Amino acid sequence: MLNISDILETIRMIQDECLDIRTITMGISLLDCIDSDIDRACEKVYNKITSRAKDLVRVGEEIEKEYGIPIINKRISVTPIAIISAACHESPVKFAVTMDRAAEAVGVNLIGGYSALVQKGFSAGDRELIESIPEALAKTSRVCSSVNIGSTKTGINLDACKLMGRIVRETAEATVDSDCFGAAKLVVFCNAVDDNPFMAGAYHGVGEPDCIINVGVSGPGVVRSALSKHKGANINEVCDIIKTTAYKITRVGQLVGVTASERLGVPFGIVDLSLAPTPAVGDSVAHILEEIGLEQCGAPGTTACLALLNDAVKKGGVMACSSVGGLSGAFIPVSEDAGMIADAKSGSLTIEKLEAMTAVCSVGLDMIAIPGDTTADAIAGIIADEAAIGMINSKTTAVRVIPAIGKMDGEELDWGGLFGHAPIMKVNRMSPSVFINRGGQIPAPLHSLKN
Amino acid sequence: MKAVISVIGKDAVGILAKVSAMCAEYNANVTEVTQSVLQDVFAMVMLVDITKLSIPLAELSDRMSELGKSLGLSIYVMHEDIFNTMHHI
Repeated sequence: MLNISDILETIRMIQDECLDIRTITMGISLLDCIDSDIDRACEKVYNKITSRAKDLVRVGEEIEKEYGIPIINKRISVTPIAIISAACHESPVKFAVTMDRAAEAVGVNLIGGYSALVQKGFSAGDRELIESIPEALAKTSRVCSSVNIGSTKTGINLDACKLMGRIVRETAEATVDSDCFGAAKLVVFCNAVDDNPFMAGAYHGVGEPDCIINVGVSGPGVVRSALSKHKGANINEVCDIIKTTAYKITRVGQLVGVTASERLGVPFGIVDLSLAPTPAVGDSVAHILEEIGLEQCGAPGTTACLALLNDAVKKGGVMACSSVGGLSGAFIPVSEDAGMIADAKSGSLTIEKLEAMTAVCSVGLDMIAIPGDTTADAIAGIIADEAAIGMINSKTTAVRVIPAIGKMDGEELDWGGLFGHAPIMKVNRMSPSVFINRGGQIPAPLHSLKN
Repeated sequence: MKAVISVIGKDAVGILAKVSAMCAEYNANVTEVTQSVLQDVFAMVMLVDITKLSIPLAELSDRMSELGKSLGLSIYVMHEDIFNTMHHI
C-alpha cells in the first residue's frame, strides 16, 4: 500500500534534494566492426552505434516523465578503440570523429571508449591511439578517452605512466582556447572496469555482451539532508541513516535500469552504487562529510568520514539491486562539487589530502586543475602514485587532472555545466624525473602479508 | 496499473475539480484522494488507475504540469512503481 509520507518523501528528495539518475549508459561492442580499411571500419562503427542507440534518448526521456525522476545524461560507451583500430595501421583519429558524429546523431552528450588498455605493455594500435588522444579530443566535443596503465594482477606499466604524463599535458595544450577542456575528457586508470557507466572513463569491455544498459545513480543532497535531521546521532546511527538512504536512491536506479532495458530490448547490466556530486547547490559530497562533523573537507578526520560514507553507501545499495558494478563509491571530483571547490579555495583541501581520500573511495584524483607549468614527468609521478594506491588496495583509481596552460595556482578554470569550475591547486615542485625515466614495469604486488 | 498525482501549492477555489476534470478527459479513474490545507498550503495526493488511459503517461505528466503552471501550483504525475520500489523491500 502506498503511504502519503512515503510519497511526499520521494517528491521532496527529487524536487528539493537533487535526487536524480545521473546516467543511463548503453555499452556497445564494436568488435564486429574491425576492418583493415579504416573508412570501411568507421562506416560500420557509425552504423552500429546509430542503430543500437537510436531510441536511447527517447526512451530515457519517456521514463523520466513517467516516474517523475530526472535522468541527467544518456550516454554511450564502446569497445576500446585501440582494439578496433589495430587492424588499420593508420592514425585512429577518424574513429574519434566517427564516434562524435554518431553521438550527435543519436543525441547523447558524451561517448566513451577512445581507450587503450596497456597495463602490461603496448600491443599493435595502442601507441598510435595514445599518441592521437590530444588531436582526437581537440577535434571532437563528445568523445571521452581513457587509458588503463596498471592493475593489481599485472603491476604498473611505468612507460605508460611517462607517456600519459606527456599526453595529458599535450591534450590541455591542444584545447587551451576552451580552458584546457580536452584534459577533462581524459582519464588515466589503474584497475579500470569494463562496465563503468560514468564519463569520462566509460568503455565497453571485451567480455561484455554485444549491447547492454548500465545505470549510475546520484544523490549526495539526499544523504546530507537525511543526516541533517539527526544531529547528535552516534556514528553507528549515522552509518544506518546513510545505508537506508542509499537503499532508496539505488532502488530508483534499479527500476530505471530494468525499465530502460525492457523498452530498448537490451540486457540490463549493472547499477553503479555511486554518490556523484554536481556543482549545483545541495548536491555535494564534501557537504555530507561536513554534516558528519568536519569543519571543512580536508580537516583531520576527512579520510575516516569518507571511508564510512563510502562503505555505508555500498552496504545500502547492494541489497537494492540485482547486480552491482562499475566504479561504485562516493566520487570526489573537485570541480564538480560546490563544497570541494570552496574547501580547495580556502586551502583546507590539498592534492595530498585528496590522494589519501582516494584510498577509501571512488575513484581518484578527479577534475583537479593544476598549475600550467607542471611538467609532464610530474604529472606522470602523480599518475604513478595514484595507480600504486589502486594496485596495492585492489581497487580502481584514476587521475583526471587538467594542466591549466598559462595559469598558476590561485587562478581558476571554468567550463560551466556539469563539469563546473576548478581552482588551480598547488603541486609539489620536486622532480620525479629520474624515477619516471627508468621505464619498465612495476611488478604485481604480493597478495598475502597485507600490511 | 496506477499513478500518483501530487498537487502542492497555494490553496484556491476549484483545484480538485480542475485536476479531476483532466483525469476524466484522459480516462484516468480516480480511486483515492487525500488532501489537506495547512495554513494556506494545499497538498493533495491522488491515486488514479491508468490502465485505460487514452494518452501515454508521459503526455499526461506534461499536461498536468502545464495545468499546474497555469494555476500557480506544482503538479507531479508519477507511476506508482517508483514509490513501491523505493519504500518496500
